[in-house]
Amino acid sequence: MNLHGYLPSLLEGSLLTLGVALSSMVLAMLLGLLGALAKLSRWRVAKAVATVYTTLIRGVPDLLLMLLIFFGGQVLINNIALAMGHEDYIDINPFVAGVLTIGFIFGAYLTEAFRGAFLAVPPGQREAGLAFGMTPRQVAWRITFPQMFRHALPGLSNNWLVLIKSTAIVSVIGLHDLMTRGMQAAGNTREPFVFYTAVALIYLGFTSLSELLFSHLNKRLSIGVRRHSL
Amino acid sequence: MNLDAILENFPQYLQGAATTAELLAISLLIGLALAIPLAVLRTLPIPWLSRPIWFYTYVFRGTPMLVQLFLIYYGLAQFEWMQQSALWPLFSSAWFCACLTFVLNTGAYTTEIIAGSIRALPHGEIEAAKALGMSRWVMLRRIVLPSALRRSLPAYSNEVIFMLHGTSLASIVTLMDLTGVARSVNSTYYIPFEAFITAALFYFSFTLVLVGLFHKAEARWLKPLMPR
Repeated sequence: MNLHGYLPSLLEGSLLTLGVALSSMVLAMLLGLLGALAKLSRWRVAKAVATVYTTLIRGVPDLLLMLLIFFGGQVLINNIALAMGHEDYIDINPFVAGVLTIGFIFGAYLTEAFRGAFLAVPPGQREAGLAFGMTPRQVAWRITFPQMFRHALPGLSNNWLVLIKSTAIVSVIGLHDLMTRGMQAAGNTREPFVFYTAVALIYLGFTSLSELLFSHLNKRLSIGVRRHSL
Repeated sequence: MNLDAILENFPQYLQGAATTAELLAISLLIGLALAIPLAVLRTLPIPWLSRPIWFYTYVFRGTPMLVQLFLIYYGLAQFEWMQQSALWPLFSSAWFCACLTFVLNTGAYTTEIIAGSIRALPHGEIEAAKALGMSRWVMLRRIVLPSALRRSLPAYSNEVIFMLHGTSLASIVTLMDLTGVARSVNSTYYIPFEAFITAALFYFSFTLVLVGLFHKAEARWLKPLMPR
């Protein structure tokens, strides 16, 4: 059974979905680290910017933000181009718009995850590093970051699971992801139930696999951590 | 800036806000009513009861809500028997299918939240109830549920905010919620910033109200339980 010949198309769409998800996750992790550092810094302006960022993003639906960035960005870019004497119409690449939106949204959620993780590293660890004569940069790379990462893992894995499901909405701005491929196949064959079930199963495979990977990673990173039970 | 178009369409935005609030209230109420008994059954040591509930939450939490919505709204229409059944008027309505999807989705997440709180209940509370000679049912009603539901409040408030965001998917199946109105205003006047930011402001104030309500609820029901 190869779904009336649509299986290759669905698999191609899955790859694109995975590509969007991974690229957005990388962007989100960068923004999240920056946001967490800004929130923990003594610099008031950075703190305020990060707080506004996380509060605003978490108050608005991802679909609406995506529409705003896709359609709004289109208008903005063309206005700028026109002002610079560029007459041709520029189309925004839906892949870029999708990755930017999802990365931008999850950056806000990861800011909170990283902030909590930084706070969970005992201050004595940093002080001990400095006492050994390490530079602040060495302390960050050798002491704080590796430990912070272990504390951030549960937050990262939860957000990754939400993120990969969120990518389904990029179909709305015309990206040929898994969801769009499913919609095309459903329309052409008039068997929507079959194809949406197939799409659901592929997503379920992605999320199940991710959970396995994360629990493995968690075990690796927690080597040497004493467990306690009630 | 084209604020005239927004002002002209403001009644539509209010209507959209009402639709969003309605979708949210219906899905949350029915979802919670579904989740409480399911959470209790999920924690009982009876495999033929807890396994199917595990499967339900696994599937609904592991797939995008958009796919679930399409499966229910477009997918079921594939079957001849569905189109001839007495339920067809319901399942051919986008509004009903959106509500059903949202209920099943939030029901799955809420079941796991409450089941988690039940499992994490302090052992002493159960022991004390047993020592007082309470039956299982009385213990559930007086000790387990009141305590577990209070402890679920922080996680549940996140779920409620996620659900508020999730209702925007209704616009994809042609419903005129806040996002739907914003999309139609944008496609009529081609003013993406004004159209979408107006809707965003509505969502943002909804979020603020909900967060405020949950703060109050936690102060009233959860704080007294916490160690001082």
